[in-house]
Amino acid sequence: MNDIIKGKWIGKPLDRVDGPLKVSGAATYAAEHDIDAAIGFIVEATIAKGTIASIETANAEAAKGVIAVLTYENAPKMAPWGDGADDRFEQSHGVLVDGTIRHYGQPVALVIAETLEQARHAASLVAVTYDEQAPALGVDRADSELAEGLDGGFEPTNRRGDFDRAWAESDLTVDLNYTTPHMIPAAMEPHSAIAEWDGERLTVRNSLQVIASGVACLANTFGIDEENIRVLSPYIGGGFGSKLGQHYDTILAAAGAKKLNRPVKVVQTRRNLFHAGPHRARIEQRIRLGATRDGTLKAVNFETWSTQAIGYFYTEGPMASAASAYRCDALHWTGKTRQANETLNDSMRAPGEALGGVTFEAAIDELAEKVGMDPLEFRLKNEPTEDPASGKPFATRDLVECMKRGADEFGWADRPKEPRSRREGRKLIGYGMASAIRGNMMQEGSCRIDLSAGGHLTVKMDMTDIGTGTYTILTQIAAEALGLHPDDITVDLADSDNPATAGSGGSFGAGTSGSALWNACIALREKLARAGGFNIDPDEIDFDEGTMQAGDRAVALADVLKDSDGFSAEGSIKPGEEHEDYVQNSYGAHFCEVAVDMDSCEIEVRRFVSVFSAGRILNRKTAHSQCLGGLVWGIGGAIREELWMDERTGGYVNRDLAEYHVAVNRDVPKCDIIFLENPDPKSNPIGTKGIGELALCGAGGAVVNAIYNATGKRVYDLPVTLDKLL
Amino acid sequence: MKPIEYIRPDSADAALDAIRAENAKFIGGGTNLLDLMKLEVETPDALVDVHRLDMGGFSDTDGNGLRIGAEVTNTTLANNSRVRKDYRVLSEALLSGATVQLRNRATTGGNFLQRTRCYYFMDTTRPCNKREPGSGCAALNGPSRIHAILGTSAHCIATHPSDMAVAMAALDAKIHTRKADGASRTVAATELHRLPGDTPQIDTVLEDGELIEAVTLPAPLGGTHLYRKVRDRSSYAFALVSAAIVLRIADGKIETTRLALGGVAHKPWRAEKAEARLAGQAPTEENFQAAAEAELADARAEGSHAFKIELAKRTIVAALREAADRENAA
Amino acid sequence: MTSLTINGKAVELEVDPRTTLLDALREHLKLTGSKKGCDHGQCGACTVLLDGERVNSCLVLFAGCDGQDVTTIEGLKDGDELGAMQRAFVSHDAFQCGYCTPGQICSAVATLKEVERGDASAVTADDGDIHLTRLEVQERMSGNICRCGAYNNIVDAVMETGGAALQTEAAE
Repeated sequence: MNDIIKGKWIGKPLDRVDGPLKVSGAATYAAEHDIDAAIGFIVEATIAKGTIASIETANAEAAKGVIAVLTYENAPKMAPWGDGADDRFEQSHGVLVDGTIRHYGQPVALVIAETLEQARHAASLVAVTYDEQAPALGVDRADSELAEGLDGGFEPTNRRGDFDRAWAESDLTVDLNYTTPHMIPAAMEPHSAIAEWDGERLTVRNSLQVIASGVACLANTFGIDEENIRVLSPYIGGGFGSKLGQHYDTILAAAGAKKLNRPVKVVQTRRNLFHAGPHRARIEQRIRLGATRDGTLKAVNFETWSTQAIGYFYTEGPMASAASAYRCDALHWTGKTRQANETLNDSMRAPGEALGGVTFEAAIDELAEKVGMDPLEFRLKNEPTEDPASGKPFATRDLVECMKRGADEFGWADRPKEPRSRREGRKLIGYGMASAIRGNMMQEGSCRIDLSAGGHLTVKMDMTDIGTGTYTILTQIAAEALGLHPDDITVDLADSDNPATAGSGGSFGAGTSGSALWNACIALREKLARAGGFNIDPDEIDFDEGTMQAGDRAVALADVLKDSDGFSAEGSIKPGEEHEDYVQNSYGAHFCEVAVDMDSCEIEVRRFVSVFSAGRILNRKTAHSQCLGGLVWGIGGAIREELWMDERTGGYVNRDLAEYHVAVNRDVPKCDIIFLENPDPKSNPIGTKGIGELALCGAGGAVVNAIYNATGKRVYDLPVTLDKLL
Repeated sequence: MKPIEYIRPDSADAALDAIRAENAKFIGGGTNLLDLMKLEVETPDALVDVHRLDMGGFSDTDGNGLRIGAEVTNTTLANNSRVRKDYRVLSEALLSGATVQLRNRATTGGNFLQRTRCYYFMDTTRPCNKREPGSGCAALNGPSRIHAILGTSAHCIATHPSDMAVAMAALDAKIHTRKADGASRTVAATELHRLPGDTPQIDTVLEDGELIEAVTLPAPLGGTHLYRKVRDRSSYAFALVSAAIVLRIADGKIETTRLALGGVAHKPWRAEKAEARLAGQAPTEENFQAAAEAELADARAEGSHAFKIELAKRTIVAALREAADRENAA
Repeated sequence: MTSLTINGKAVELEVDPRTTLLDALREHLKLTGSKKGCDHGQCGACTVLLDGERVNSCLVLFAGCDGQDVTTIEGLKDGDELGAMQRAFVSHDAFQCGYCTPGQICSAVATLKEVERGDASAVTADDGDIHLTRLEVQERMSGNICRCGAYNNIVDAVMETGGAALQTEAAE
């Protein structure tokens, strides 16, 4: 266990260090850099599959203010989509390469003009005809194949135990088919980029979660060296998976800037993003569960069918929620998919568990009812001692603590167990619970720190802050390790010239970048200790308030620094063997109350109590916000969000924020969030675990289980909108 | 958005003069028109801005009614003390719609003239008889959650999205206009919007360049006012179904029912059949149910909006029940 | 030429008549604090105060603002210091990515004024008794979408800035 962390700064609910900039409008997001750029506007394909037969740009080119119209006929050379790397974020994202259309809304032209008003109108003057082919759209179980792999590092199949036997030995079973809908991350900041070329050197300012793979993507797309590319994303208006990789905004801005030899800005419109930004795929799920009469879970079988975008290998695996959840004799899963002419199906916050946390947790609820057990009791009874999917030991396990604490805080024992048994006027009141489990991942990352002669520390890495609070928690980590005040620390992120990290995604950002920084600080402590004349293990030295102290010897950092050129150190991290040998998860439990109108069937979520265990908490304020956000997503995902595909075209009809319903303020009750702070030394040197996605996992499950308790109706086709309860 | 000429006249007379420009349109708050112009669903060559014209604001009419200038914003209208007291259903309808930001901008005249939210109308790449007559109706066989169940045609199943106009229809409001040639006329709120028939491109009976100057509400009806809006999220969403009700009960019998429905048709739907069924009847669950059945007897929906038929019935019954409970308690 | 006041300063600017107030602020006046989230009045990120009342600046033509007074997030500072609502947003962590935040804060400032003035909302039952309850704040702030989901903290920030005078004992 890490003994250096005393909690002077780590854990404290420090206000966000970038807060004053953000609340005064002074944080500079991608489209806001003061660069004199021409404006690009995207023309979208209106078919899902086929080729361009003709593209007429003369009217657009003649329109006032138009500088150029890029099409596949005249665009700078880009490598075809998918070339150059197997990794979907590093592969070429070439667009306007040829006349082939893979999905509805794919850019077929970029109109570049002096102003937005000019470019937007001229885009409507581009006339395109197509040789259309019948697109592959939607799930087709018969036409599906085993996925290459499932997100989160899961194999596409799991065959632990003898399912047929366990199923046969079950007294009570459920065999349920769920569907979860197409969804969209809809970060508030649309995908935006300003690109400029200086000879062979490309600089892009955009909104990107992972800088290093974004550089590789640009290198692969434009056939240039990574050394000639600089990407900067200092402030990012939300990501949620949609900005893990480079998208059309960036590729087209870079192409346009190259063509014009002038900076070009492309901001994808909200409606365009509904077609040409990443989505969550619609997934069909079959869940079979069996138990004996005493409530022992015997058999789990989780099958999914989804779709992939053409040339974009990504499959979400809702079965992730079953992998580490409950003891059973047999746990099987199969994830199948097929390539379809759909817009990019990609990661969306808590891929896998965001969905399985609804469907699997609802199925468990249904089985518990069949067995005649309280759903909490059923879960407690089937607590595993080893990982059900792999048989490996758990690094840590405190799901039971989370459930018990949450049940107490919520008053779960007092709930009416019988569905549809509590009424307040014309409202049916119901209560539901679910487990939260999210895989805890670590990635590779590195960091450089420079302590100036004046005592100011600069932290450099290409890590991003997508609202997660990275600037703040890295400040706290450095302050804790080096005994500096946060005001004496500058964190410089999201610049590809800085040391590389895995960026923000999969809840690994804080653990990975924080550990790289921690290791850099440890190296710096050693240098400072030596310079200060200490000859003992630097870990024995207390760094606090600018002083190094061990026993009765104290040396002021200022004295060590004043005649120096400053001190620098580097640190890095990669996942250790403990990530191979142990199964690593964050845990939690949700309890919720809903009210369902007896007439209209409108659903109101009235109360949420959630308990989370995510290792050491770096900042209790920003961690609380992360979890709050997860609950909001859980509520929205369970009862609000659904994109409707028009299968005649492959486009989505409700392609705006008026008809794609993300939760609004009034949809969200006051939520009680409780942390069990159990640092996990097997996870990383600072003992943290992933937190950004945890709260979303299972939150929707608690909501749909509460809806069942209120109404006596189970809905298998998510989200649970009012029409399904009429 | 096409290049436009922007004109801001300083009087209604000047506005009527300016609107004669080629392919010109009035713009009020612009909350719907600019939205649609960005999508090139609306493509005027000139905008005549009437947003800040003084068209008289509020005044009491001779018959103890209320006159409302067309320029009055939705916020101001919803908070007017007479509206809150005497025409509460109108205030509730307005406050259930959109957001404060949009209501601060949207005007009384403009609210009537907002256009459908039909997905296909708003997407210029899809067929739509309303946007491009003769091109077909993509909603008929496509996803259609927000579409109409009453008064539809084979050419269009779009709904009118306003909440305000539904309350206005229930209150028998009158709309006062001036045509481009200066002639004045008065149109009942229930007659302003049309059913789509085979000309869905025509939303209302107003002529090109006709300016809404004011709305008048008749003398207060008394009774219980209530606006029940059912939607897909708790705020900031258009109605799936809504019901505007004024109910007065005397001696255990229904003396007055005014009922209009939103979200169900190409126009605010005055529920005359339900009103007739309830006249003089006891305010019972059975009668409410029968009124709802009568009103929805001709409802048709083939697509994913079919649930709205049942939802409309339930909404009517629930709204009547609540209004009757309040009326009886008063 | 359009003449108006922005954050207390006189501004004169001639733009394409199609230019919205939001695009004029962001693209011509370098006031990028007001955000574009949807450009169609469906998210609230562009909220500014126009003659003191909150509006979606993406749905207002700049040319139509002649003679009017605009306040953006940049104008809500108290001299060089953050304004009270801005400070409350920081201390309550009422944002994460920060992109919707300027619009939220403009809306929040307007909310307090509207409640003080006695404007009703969809959840106001009794006109004589409009107070700053959590539900009132939630309804009045529902025109500003926060995809990070900071709604609870936004309500806390608005309640605190509104202060006891605008709240009741009944405030949850």
